[in-house]
Amino acid sequence: MRVALMVTCINDALYPGTGQAVVRLLRRLGVKVDFPAAQTCCAQPMVNTGYLDEAVPVVRTFVDAFSGYDAIVTPSGSCAGSARHQHGLVARRSGDPGLERAVAEVSPRVYELSEFLVDVLGVTDVGAYFPHTVTYHPTCHSLRMLGVGDRPRLLLESVRGLTLLDLPGADQCCGFGGTFAVKNADTSVAMGTDKVRHVQETGAEVLVAGDNSCLTHIGGLMSRQRAGVRTVHLAEILASTEGAVLGVPTTAGARR
Amino acid sequence: MSGTFVGMPVFPTAAREALGNAQLRHNLAHATGTIRGKRSRLVEEVTDSITGDSGWEDLRLAGAGVKEAALLGLERELLRLEETLTANGATVHWAQDAAEANRIVTGIARRHGVDEVVKVKSMVTQEIGLNEALAAEGIAAWETDLAELIVQLGDDLPSHILVPAIHRNRAEVREIFLRAMKEVGRPAPEDLTDEPAVLAAAAREHLREKFLRAKVGVSGANFAVAETGTLVVVESEGNGRMCLTLPEVLVSVVGIEKVVSQWEDLDPLLRLLPRSSTGERMNPYTSTWSGVTPGDGPQEVHVVLLDNGRTNALADRTGRQALRCIRCSACLNVCPVYERTGGHAYGSVYPGPIGAILNPLLKGIGTDEQVDSLPYASSLCGACFEACPVRIDIPSVLVDQRAQVVDARRGHGVKSLGSGHAAEAIAFKGAAVALSDARKLGFGERFTRVGLGAARRLGSLPVLSKWAGARDLPPAPPESFRSWWERTDGGRSEGEGR
Ligand code: SF4
Repeated sequence: MRVALMVTCINDALYPGTGQAVVRLLRRLGVKVDFPAAQTCCAQPMVNTGYLDEAVPVVRTFVDAFSGYDAIVTPSGSCAGSARHQHGLVARRSGDPGLERAVAEVSPRVYELSEFLVDVLGVTDVGAYFPHTVTYHPTCHSLRMLGVGDRPRLLLESVRGLTLLDLPGADQCCGFGGTFAVKNADTSVAMGTDKVRHVQETGAEVLVAGDNSCLTHIGGLMSRQRAGVRTVHLAEILASTEGAVLGVPTTAGARR
Repeated sequence: MSGTFVGMPVFPTAAREALGNAQLRHNLAHATGTIRGKRSRLVEEVTDSITGDSGWEDLRLAGAGVKEAALLGLERELLRLEETLTANGATVHWAQDAAEANRIVTGIARRHGVDEVVKVKSMVTQEIGLNEALAAEGIAAWETDLAELIVQLGDDLPSHILVPAIHRNRAEVREIFLRAMKEVGRPAPEDLTDEPAVLAAAAREHLREKFLRAKVGVSGANFAVAETGTLVVVESEGNGRMCLTLPEVLVSVVGIEKVVSQWEDLDPLLRLLPRSSTGERMNPYTSTWSGVTPGDGPQEVHVVLLDNGRTNALADRTGRQALRCIRCSACLNVCPVYERTGGHAYGSVYPGPIGAILNPLLKGIGTDEQVDSLPYASSLCGACFEACPVRIDIPSVLVDQRAQVVDARRGHGVKSLGSGHAAEAIAFKGAAVALSDARKLGFGERFTRVGLGAARRLGSLPVLSKWAGARDLPPAPPESFRSWWERTDGGRSEGEGR
């Protein structure tokens, strides 16, 4: 099986540790993983803001980079959702039947990490160790666009040392929503603030999710509010083994 | 008496103001939370009688199916409706837009020489501003739905489809009743408390004299059955039934998308609607009427079939599904944006997720900045689609409309619609260039670290200041994933893990 890592533009630039975690995790599970260097972005920021013409060359780059792989794995529910549910739309808009065909070929092979682990590899115990209390935020696109269901929970419950605490109002949006976070910044912050309050109610040390963009928003609020909870991507927990220290401490004085 | 939404600011501005109102946020979170809970219990209860599995999805498909079928044959169904209604003794009028519909209704009222009408709560008459049009002719329109009465007496605007006064708590309602009832009829009792039952009793007394006096009643309709020429109104209080039966003349204003083909089509819809809207198995009052019945009820019945942008909406390939909407308000109650901002921020009688797509559909995209701001009033979390009983894929319509907004600006020149859009368009063009070629991206990324540091110091970039107002940025990583992969040969030259 030829497996490609789609690292996503946010992870590439801001969270390289998440991509590295996927690489380590998949290798540990015996999967040979490629990183097609031609990849850039899933085009979601453009599509969701209405810039469909601008999305066309980006989707073209995407299918060029990933065609020929049996599976394309990404540590982002949102970007997987974009590839699976929006690329067809962009391709139709381009009026290029070749692009439509390429998208139809590639997009069904894109998997969010937990889907790939559970559905394709058939594992829920990935041999990880993470001795912390954790609460899980099912990001909207994982939850509703992809329907990953309880796969992430199954994976987390099999991590040794990890205590999983229920997050109240877990299925409510954190308020990130891509450009929504700046176009409607006040509403976005109000939604995120409620999410932070719920996270704190759990008493967990760590908030985990399958999307670093949502974690950037929630973590950015928690950092500003000195909430004392750090955010860690699901991939990094699943990759972690004895002795690893993970995550971005949210009171790290990022505000200079 | 109640105001209009004319001149509302764009969504982000209106939302900011609403977010500053702690009482409003509390009222809304409480009310929507309660309805959400009731709804989900009753949705789970719908089981397939054969398999025992959840039958909700099948019911949704059936509901979407009958509405879709009627929309596909809309012209035929409407002509059939006209025929059956006429045969039943009703007079059918066609109205292209709000002004025409208002002219027809005021004309009927004037012909009967009345200076007041009683009204069943109706979204469509609010959409066309009927009360204001009647007032301009010296005719008072009395709202008889409790929540609608609260809005009207409070000189307020509705903020929810089902519960127009959802933003008010009972202390506020008491105050409104004490202050305003006496000016328009029977005053509220002086010892009025804020007990819901006491408030309802005061409203009942106040409304009773209006019901008994009024010669003309005005209603909308939840459904119109083409096969039988039947209009249907569902409601919870019984006031609707009073308006539909007591006056001598009844005028119903009906959006053309309300038509369904046959009587049986009501079956899934009448099961979906109450569960989705009030969290009840069945709504307390379902009234149906077919034209005139000699000696019983109104002896003159008019039906105004209203377009007002609906055929334009029908021409929108992605957006037309919004015409399936049965106004249950489930999407409002689950929407995290609506829960924080309330309904007024949407600047329309149709607030929340359905309002965010319906207003642009009815009014058209690319002419009004307030309307164009609505498709962006969503985080695209998808909760609305999940809740919608007739499976309207609101997130997909929102994305499609955003593209229409952007395209309209490409054509019209961005200047007229604010300079922020020009900056955004340039940014996305730049991003498209960078993101279509990984080499250009890799080059840019070397500056990520520098870029982030500089951005923190600058903070004044409009986009960044909006982000950084309440949120920290993550610390910049020492290198991108891409350069780590190159440097370490995909991690192989780095040893085993961390
Ligand atoms: S869009 Fe769907 S959920 Fe919203 S009011 Fe209409 S029918 Fe109800």
